[in-house]
Amino acid sequence: MSERVEQGRPAQDRRIEERQAQVWACLQGVTDPELDESVVDLNFIARADVDSTNRVHIEFRLPTYWCAANFSFLMADDMRQAVTALEWVEGVSVVLGEHMYADKINAGLARGLSFQETFGAEADGNLDDLRRTFLIKAFQRRQVALLNHLTDMGHSPEIIVTLTLAELGCLPVGDEGEKLVRRYLDRRAVVGPSEADAPAFVDTDGARLKPDGFSAYVSRLRRVGVNAEFNGALCRGLLSVRFDLETPFVPRAQGSPASAVVQHEC
Amino acid sequence: MYRTAKGEEIFVIDGHTHFWDGSPANQKNIHGKQFIECFYAYHANLSPPSEKWEKEKFEKYDAKTMFDDLFVAGYDDMAILQPTYLTDFYKNGFNTTERNAAMKKSHPDRFILNGAFDPRDGSKGLEHLHELSEKYKIKGVKLYTAEWRGESKGYKLSDKPSYQYLEAAQKLGIKNIHVHKGPTIIPLNRDAFDVADIDDCATSFQDLNFIVEHCGLPRLDDFCWIATQETNVYAGLAVALPFIHTRPGYFAHVISELLFWVGPDKILYGSDYGIWTPKWLIDKFMAFEIPADLTKETGSVLTMETKTKILGLNAARLYGIDVEAQKKKIRAGGGYAHLPEAVHAPL
Repeated sequence: MSERVEQGRPAQDRRIEERQAQVWACLQGVTDPELDESVVDLNFIARADVDSTNRVHIEFRLPTYWCAANFSFLMADDMRQAVTALEWVEGVSVVLGEHMYADKINAGLARGLSFQETFGAEADGNLDDLRRTFLIKAFQRRQVALLNHLTDMGHSPEIIVTLTLAELGCLPVGDEGEKLVRRYLDRRAVVGPSEADAPAFVDTDGARLKPDGFSAYVSRLRRVGVNAEFNGALCRGLLSVRFDLETPFVPRAQGSPASAVVQHEC
Repeated sequence: MYRTAKGEEIFVIDGHTHFWDGSPANQKNIHGKQFIECFYAYHANLSPPSEKWEKEKFEKYDAKTMFDDLFVAGYDDMAILQPTYLTDFYKNGFNTTERNAAMKKSHPDRFILNGAFDPRDGSKGLEHLHELSEKYKIKGVKLYTAEWRGESKGYKLSDKPSYQYLEAAQKLGIKNIHVHKGPTIIPLNRDAFDVADIDDCATSFQDLNFIVEHCGLPRLDDFCWIATQETNVYAGLAVALPFIHTRPGYFAHVISELLFWVGPDKILYGSDYGIWTPKWLIDKFMAFEIPADLTKETGSVLTMETKTKILGLNAARLYGIDVEAQKKKIRAGGGYAHLPEAVHAPL
């Protein structure tokens, strides 16, 4: 092996490592739409590599063979978009493993097709509507977590509802509270204008919350949070039974159910 | 029969049991294999280690094992057999009414046999429903709105063909419509496992009871909303209950939400046997209390009265079971012979 290559390799390795870290940081921002948790934290990403031609190769797996195709597609699409935003990226491949629709979804993703184009007549739902439904749920879940925190800190509903977004940003809420505020603000724009003087707490129609009926409102939102947490626990558990999370996974061979059988029996 | 420390007898009706064959010999394709594996993942993930089965036993268990797990080792007095056909995945079906009927025949006082229908089967399916009613006098059906049929990946209960079937069920006195709205199914679109169609038909069919199995999980929030608005919508606890072991905190949240929105008279216990077994589920459930902070928030309390309703009285009401008469029948048949002497105290 020539000396030149020996010297060049560490620099190139470092660059690839840096870029790989950037990819993981992008993926950290992609959420499972139902669970409103990062696909990285959920352990869905089995591999995210950068090759020497600046192409990114992502492989992911889900808690069951049956996980809804539309959500699976949505997550893959979000991953692709998030990573494509990095300026050095020359191309992104996203591959789903061990899923009943793996071949179909992977083929659709590889060709850059939409969910509708990939599944045709069976896909009678609009993915954008679905995405919005779950963005609203994420907004609600993040809002109720923050409202509970503020109430626990002694802020009265009367004060909470008068806060503007700018005032919410200045409110002393502690470390835990700051995290909740950040998460909430990330989804606040889903339901209405979010300039500094806009009300901090609005319902899903964008109307400012009222002190009357505040606790009933919070009770209704609570269900959304409980549901998401319950699902999160279920999904993590199923994933851990299904896959050895310590070893990198091998994607199911294209169009070959037989190989999946063999793999599963290992 | 569950006996409290004070000697009170609680009559238990298991709202959700299966007598399946998921063995490799019966699997038709990769989907059949993946289906039972997914069930096994639920079992392995949520069961206490001491209650975990070997994969082979889980794939196919015999009638005696089931009887013992439910009624001898377990506290069930009666169990509802819910069919799951899955004929696209299994050669002889996964858990058909016919397979369950053999079980019912051997232990008539212990089992309630439910049937099934699929509105996509057209007039032939309607005839079959009449046959099931005539042959087995069924009072309930189990429906999988997300089940595959060839190219179709599911249907809605609010579809026109579904209405024809529900009308027929009503005429035949099949009052209890158990609908699987939960995880582990194959929805291509959210609609196939959405709970909104329940809302529609619960309003249109006031004489029918709609038992939403797995309380709509993973759609608990949508489900609570519907159940609050409709008087004839019930929550089946299967899948939610086993969390009592692995994640008692989450179970506490789920049960307190259900008590708050749905109420103690409309929640039904179900083990989902063979995924889980009644013994440990009920031991844990009877010992369970909702933490004080949650009770403060929701006002929900799991009193002994509420537990008794959930474990048996609610299902008894839906299926017209006279609890005292049934107890006598079971006792006369030697069904309580395995219990300690004290249990046989004269009534």
